[in-house]
Amino acid sequence: MERKTYAGDVIRPVGILKEDVLMKSIFFHMQGYRDMPRDFAQRYESVWITPPSDELCDPETAGKYFRWNMEELELADELGFDGLGINEHHQNAYGFPVSPNLMAAILARRESNAAIINLGNTLPLYNPPIRVAEEFALLDCLSGGRLVAGIPVGTPMDTVGCYGLPPTQVRARYYEAHDLIKQAWTRPGPFPFNGRFTKLRYVNPWPKPIQKPHPPIWLAGGGSMETWKFATDNNYAYNFLSFGGPLAAKAMMQGYWDQVERAGLDDNPYRAGFAQMVVVGETDAEAERLYLDHLRNFFAISMHTPPHFAGIPGVMTTDSIRNLVKKNVNLTYKQYENPYETSWKDIVESRRVIGGSPETVADVLEESIRDLRVGHLMFILQIQSMDRELTEYNMRLFAERVMPRIRRIWDDEGHVDHWWPARATTQRKSAGTLEVVA
Amino acid sequence: MTMATIEPIEINARFVPNPVLVKGEGRPLVYLHGLIGQEWPDLLDRLSGRFRVHAPAHAGSTDARDLESLDGFSDLVLYYDDLFDRLGLDQFDLVGHSFGGAVAAEYAATFNRRVRKLVLIDALGLWDDDHPVADHLLAPEATRRGLLYHDPESPAALARHKLPEGQEEMLAAMIGDITALASTAHFFHPIPERGLDRRLHRITAETLVIWGEADRLTPPFYGRAFETGLQRARLAIVPDAGHSPHIEQAAQVEALISGFLA
Repeated sequence: MERKTYAGDVIRPVGILKEDVLMKSIFFHMQGYRDMPRDFAQRYESVWITPPSDELCDPETAGKYFRWNMEELELADELGFDGLGINEHHQNAYGFPVSPNLMAAILARRESNAAIINLGNTLPLYNPPIRVAEEFALLDCLSGGRLVAGIPVGTPMDTVGCYGLPPTQVRARYYEAHDLIKQAWTRPGPFPFNGRFTKLRYVNPWPKPIQKPHPPIWLAGGGSMETWKFATDNNYAYNFLSFGGPLAAKAMMQGYWDQVERAGLDDNPYRAGFAQMVVVGETDAEAERLYLDHLRNFFAISMHTPPHFAGIPGVMTTDSIRNLVKKNVNLTYKQYENPYETSWKDIVESRRVIGGSPETVADVLEESIRDLRVGHLMFILQIQSMDRELTEYNMRLFAERVMPRIRRIWDDEGHVDHWWPARATTQRKSAGTLEVVA
Repeated sequence: MTMATIEPIEINARFVPNPVLVKGEGRPLVYLHGLIGQEWPDLLDRLSGRFRVHAPAHAGSTDARDLESLDGFSDLVLYYDDLFDRLGLDQFDLVGHSFGGAVAAEYAATFNRRVRKLVLIDALGLWDDDHPVADHLLAPEATRRGLLYHDPESPAALARHKLPEGQEEMLAAMIGDITALASTAHFFHPIPERGLDRRLHRITAETLVIWGEADRLTPPFYGRAFETGLQRARLAIVPDAGHSPHIEQAAQVEALISGFLA
């Protein structure tokens, strides 16, 4: 039996291949600063853009956390996660992966079958954006074709706040950069590119990606209708990255699925991804005992971004604003009035965090995954102040006792994951080998 | 007070028609608005007793798609030159507030023979590291109001921001406010300076610089900087006014302008 990868390669499986029908579990690392003062929200305006670096971010400590982050990502690889997820943010205490390509390069160098989910490069911030085409291609080559090329528009905090882009230019720059990168990967060069923001006489990147015509492209969104449309226009995978949990995400994901239907595309769950915080203990009671304080820290500190940073005038189109107002959607997460008094019950019942024993977590996850119809799950297992040891404990319980129970969720429907890198297959060792024929 | 008439002016196919507010008889006067959208404040009504006042909306402030054809102040200046042609204006007096002050100064530096006299009210466009212009964009609404007015709770300030009744109208007005703010950020974010100081010497028009004494957005330092940098300028400081003296002290500002343009 022959089949084609997302990129169009013909693959002749040797042995039985199952990876492309499995729901994918991605270990997604926020890469934040774990040692923040508990009264941060009382003392500072925001966790993003303006938290003063000299007061809060010790370089030696940051170095330790960067090493822990990499160790945790590598551990995730060893534990059999299907993908390793990273992203890009700036001047942000809950995550400052300033250049995800640096982290991805370390992962790409490893002997591994895991996908590298680079979610991704905030396109409007790269000048000229040909750099993204080059670096993603480098990562794809170095990893042997395991890269997912994430191309988010970027948050207002990163693009307008930290990098000083006029809000009205963010999307225009994004679309132009996307056009350039796609052409750079798929057209024979050198060719001229005459954009509004980028003018290049000789587009001819060395190298081009291994995956043909290019690595799977994933979008990351926070609720813009334009991004749903862009996903379906281009047949890209869409990922809703929120910290609100599946119940809060329902309306937003439904908006995306409605767009998929309007576009006449199938309801393949692998078109969609979702990020979810998860904490696992031996029992529900143990989970509460181990994690509650860390979750409270997260809500008190990491969610402390004022609405006027998220809602900068000009970032959203008027259509998106109208849509949000009509659907009564609030994009700023509900803040707990007193995060440090919020109960475990409050947090897990609202499903902002899915937590408890492996059985509890697997049950809730299964229901949520089916409800949102997502095939790529980005699990956030290191949350705010959790140290290296506790993170590993959470990861092991998740990988060993939750992951096996949720992998088969979409098997019955028989969809193929067209948005997964051709040569990333964590099950390869046990399920046979891949032979890719160009 | 009778409202001005809206004259939709076609520029070219790239832009939506500009809904220019026009009123009065006399010598032509053009007013370019500030950060928060097109306006017809009491000041303009008073001036329309002596002048034919034209108050356009900034390009992109009513429809963001206009901005796709505007990549900087030189594009915007040419847009206005086209607009003034369509309005049949030859030489005229030019008044600009805040962002509109920066546009007026850029216009007067480029087409210096068309501007008879220039009035800059708390104009943007200059920058000094020791006197940073405040950030009104990444600010909560209350802070923004505080940057715009000496007393944001004053009746004049409150009236300027009054939303219409009715859900649809209110939503449209709110989106209009956002679009207007965004359209000025298009040219000026994150630092409202694009080299105007290098062009100030080209402004030949006699200039009145009006500044709110309590301007927290663009402190009076910049009023003095304009006065110093311009060939023929006089600075008038308005007490009990912030960034918007034409709203906060309309009678006083009208007297200053009328005296200067007489």
